[in-house]
Amino acid sequence: MIKVRINGQEQSWDGDPSLPLLWFLRDEVGLTGTKFGCGIAACGACTVMVDKAATRACITAVSDVDGRDVTTIEGLHPTGDHPVQKAWRQVNVPQCGFCQAGQIMQAAALLIDNPKPSHDQIREAMSGNICRCGCYQRIENAIHLASTGV
Amino acid sequence: MNIMTDSKSLRGFQKHIGIENVSRRSVVKALGLAGGFVLAAPVLSRPALAAYETGADKMPHGVVIDPRVFVAIAPDGTVTILAHRAEMGTGVRTSLPLIVAEEMEADWSRVRVEQAHGDEVKYGNQDTDGSRSTRHYLMPMRQIGASARAMLEAAAAKRLGVPVSEVKAVNHEIVHGASGRKLGFGELAADAAKEAVPSPASLKLKDAKDFRYLGKGAISMVDLRDITVGAARYGADVRLPGMKYAVIARPPVTGGKLVSFDASEATKVSGVEKVMEVQGWPWPSKFQPLGGVAVIARNTGAAIKGRAALKITWDDGANAKYESVAYRAELEDAARKPGLVVRKEGDVDSALKSADKVITGEYYLPHFAHVSMEPPVAVADVKGDKAEIWAPVQSPGGTREDVAKTLGIPEDNVTVNVTLLGGGFGRKSKCDYALEAALLSKALGAPVKVQWTREDDVRHDFLHTVSVERIEAGLDKNGKVIAWRHRSVAPSIASTFAPNTVHEASFELGMGLVDMPFEIANIQCENPEATAHTRIGWFRSVSNIPHAFAVQSMVGEIAHATGRDQKDMLLELIGSPRIIDLSSVKDLWNYGEPYASYPIDTARLRRVVELVAEKGEWGRSVPKGHGLGIAVHRSFVSYIATIVEVAVDDKGKLTVPRVDTAIDCGTYVNPERIQSQLEGCAIMGLSLAKYGEITFKDGKVQQGNFDDFPLLRIDEAPLVTNVHIVPPGPDTPPSGVGEPGLPPFAPALINAIFAATGKRIRNLPIGKQLET
Repeated sequence: MIKVRINGQEQSWDGDPSLPLLWFLRDEVGLTGTKFGCGIAACGACTVMVDKAATRACITAVSDVDGRDVTTIEGLHPTGDHPVQKAWRQVNVPQCGFCQAGQIMQAAALLIDNPKPSHDQIREAMSGNICRCGCYQRIENAIHLASTGV
Repeated sequence: MNIMTDSKSLRGFQKHIGIENVSRRSVVKALGLAGGFVLAAPVLSRPALAAYETGADKMPHGVVIDPRVFVAIAPDGTVTILAHRAEMGTGVRTSLPLIVAEEMEADWSRVRVEQAHGDEVKYGNQDTDGSRSTRHYLMPMRQIGASARAMLEAAAAKRLGVPVSEVKAVNHEIVHGASGRKLGFGELAADAAKEAVPSPASLKLKDAKDFRYLGKGAISMVDLRDITVGAARYGADVRLPGMKYAVIARPPVTGGKLVSFDASEATKVSGVEKVMEVQGWPWPSKFQPLGGVAVIARNTGAAIKGRAALKITWDDGANAKYESVAYRAELEDAARKPGLVVRKEGDVDSALKSADKVITGEYYLPHFAHVSMEPPVAVADVKGDKAEIWAPVQSPGGTREDVAKTLGIPEDNVTVNVTLLGGGFGRKSKCDYALEAALLSKALGAPVKVQWTREDDVRHDFLHTVSVERIEAGLDKNGKVIAWRHRSVAPSIASTFAPNTVHEASFELGMGLVDMPFEIANIQCENPEATAHTRIGWFRSVSNIPHAFAVQSMVGEIAHATGRDQKDMLLELIGSPRIIDLSSVKDLWNYGEPYASYPIDTARLRRVVELVAEKGEWGRSVPKGHGLGIAVHRSFVSYIATIVEVAVDDKGKLTVPRVDTAIDCGTYVNPERIQSQLEGCAIMGLSLAKYGEITFKDGKVQQGNFDDFPLLRIDEAPLVTNVHIVPPGPDTPPSGVGEPGLPPFAPALINAIFAATGKRIRNLPIGKQLET
């Protein structure tokens, strides 16, 4: 039996241990904020934090997170007011919004490692997250805003 | 040819070519919203109030302007406004209700937006495509709001015992000026619902100077907070009790079919519950499912793993030889010979013969895929002769019709719930994925979610067409362009619906080919034949992409050949400010709009060029290795000009330091969303120019995911995109925003690359062409 803490709550799984964490979260636990975009870790839509590190849930097996802490967009902040979330709203970042949970989780993880990232550091850290609508300019602006206090 | 002149939807198309008739119902059912305004009356016909005519009435099911259909007021004053168009990132789910709120003097903080089901008899046309929503609904939404306001005012006047002329709606209340008495919307709701709906001619619209919301750009999307906290519900996020998860193995070649399959290994996969055949339709299959083998499981991951273990034999069918290199040669060959003449002014042959110089440009643009971030997905629950669908669809009404037909049940028995769309770009105008879910749910007797993987999406898309565009421009000895022949060769979207289609439809020809706006004495546009071997579909801005690429690249080529500035050349070709007479063009599409309301006005075209040149500092000096390019294009009856600055280093690495775009989209609702759409078009335009290419071999798509069909990433994005909006004149009809930003981007980029490097890119994508 695999046990994993998701947003502070313990969840267990006795099915296929190789099931990608993404489908465990979405279909078995019912946390649908984490999105499916590619299944090969090429787009970042499924980004969650595993022990505070940005992780692609689509290529992470449930067995890989046995005994660990997983944070999804739903658990990033108790009232949804993490500085990155607030900055995202202030800058009106999203268009369709589908990639944004992954973008926000990636940005939040970036700010843990590097609270004041430069332009180049933001672009490098966020380059694994695709936005088909093309919100990149606003994503960068929002991360700058979050890093300087919203 | 005259097909699909009224609509970008399948239904408009089918009507014209007589495949089937659109069913229409005359009975309107109650809305069922809680609160005051509830109806049971015939829908009002279209009013005479509009200051301009649009093509809205010609869309399937036209326009409905009954306030009781769209607005409900609860006793606590909460105003609920229905959004009947689909939200895929343009902000339409906010902006259309905002128009109603503005006109009825509702306080936006007390407005709730509710998404309408697919029901076009009740709501009017719901096809969210063609950049039409604001264009067709600005005035109807204002009328709905004004009607609701008038009914509230009438109810208040009666309650207060004063003439209606003495009361006025002000911020969610009706105020009697003389006495200072006020009644809230909530207090009046029940009485207002009993008032007669005013006649359209009696309505008084607000003066634009009194607008609080329209044109201000201060209101965020209603879904903004939900998106940032993971609570926004897309099609993929729908969960029902007892729901099964399915993925489908589809024929790898369009038009292929299943011969046999062995599921013995698949059914051993943990979590897999069942494997079954899915019905497919013969080529050309319209929006019907391609068929194949479905794996049903307790979660999506198990279904995907099970599918990988299937052993399937396919019959690849008639398109098994489709191969992109050979097909390109066919298109090029066709482009070098005369084709069907679709516009003719003067005598191009003689003018080209007598020209001092002829410049020829042949341009190739490949297929590309939509790849919205949310791949196609749908949930269906079919019980007996009733079906309920939850899906991210751009065409809720069309989806309802197609589900009913596919299951053989009455349309009244089908409910289509429209979720948020995780991107659309035209892909989600085609509801094949919802039909798959409906068929599987019927077969299983349980709710089913059909999830497409990214590979499914890339390999079974309704692709953007592939085209060769060839332009010959004849110049006299003074460098003036006296002849213009443009041949466009591309398989048509119509081929997805009708066999033996070899020409572009009028709506494709009308996207930048026959409506080319230059003042040239001898013009001929031709459309040689091309046969499709895969499903072709609408991709954001559609045929404008290849047509504008060719026309605007050619302007750059002529400027270079004659030693002139690109912008000056462009303005010279556009010529004098005038309304272009295109009466010689048969079946001129004009985006389905009456030409009187939406003519091609070269003064407006010139203005966006001049605005972008001024704001974008055209002619500024740039560092070595940098270059500026410009392009302009009218599409979806809006006018857009773009300047791109590129930098190309000595290894050929391309970066984009700056983009400026100017748009004239007439009267607008939310400039903040216009800005975001145009920022997005710069990204999408750069993405398709650098990387966008789907190729075929042995009839199969050779790409599958973002590793081999790359999209632009943030580290390659333009450093800054500036958007400049032309202020609308009084009563300027609104025009499109979602799509028209895309067509001018690639040619502006290519013209900039030429300025920076002297290399003329005529084939997209750029790929490695700049590498040294």
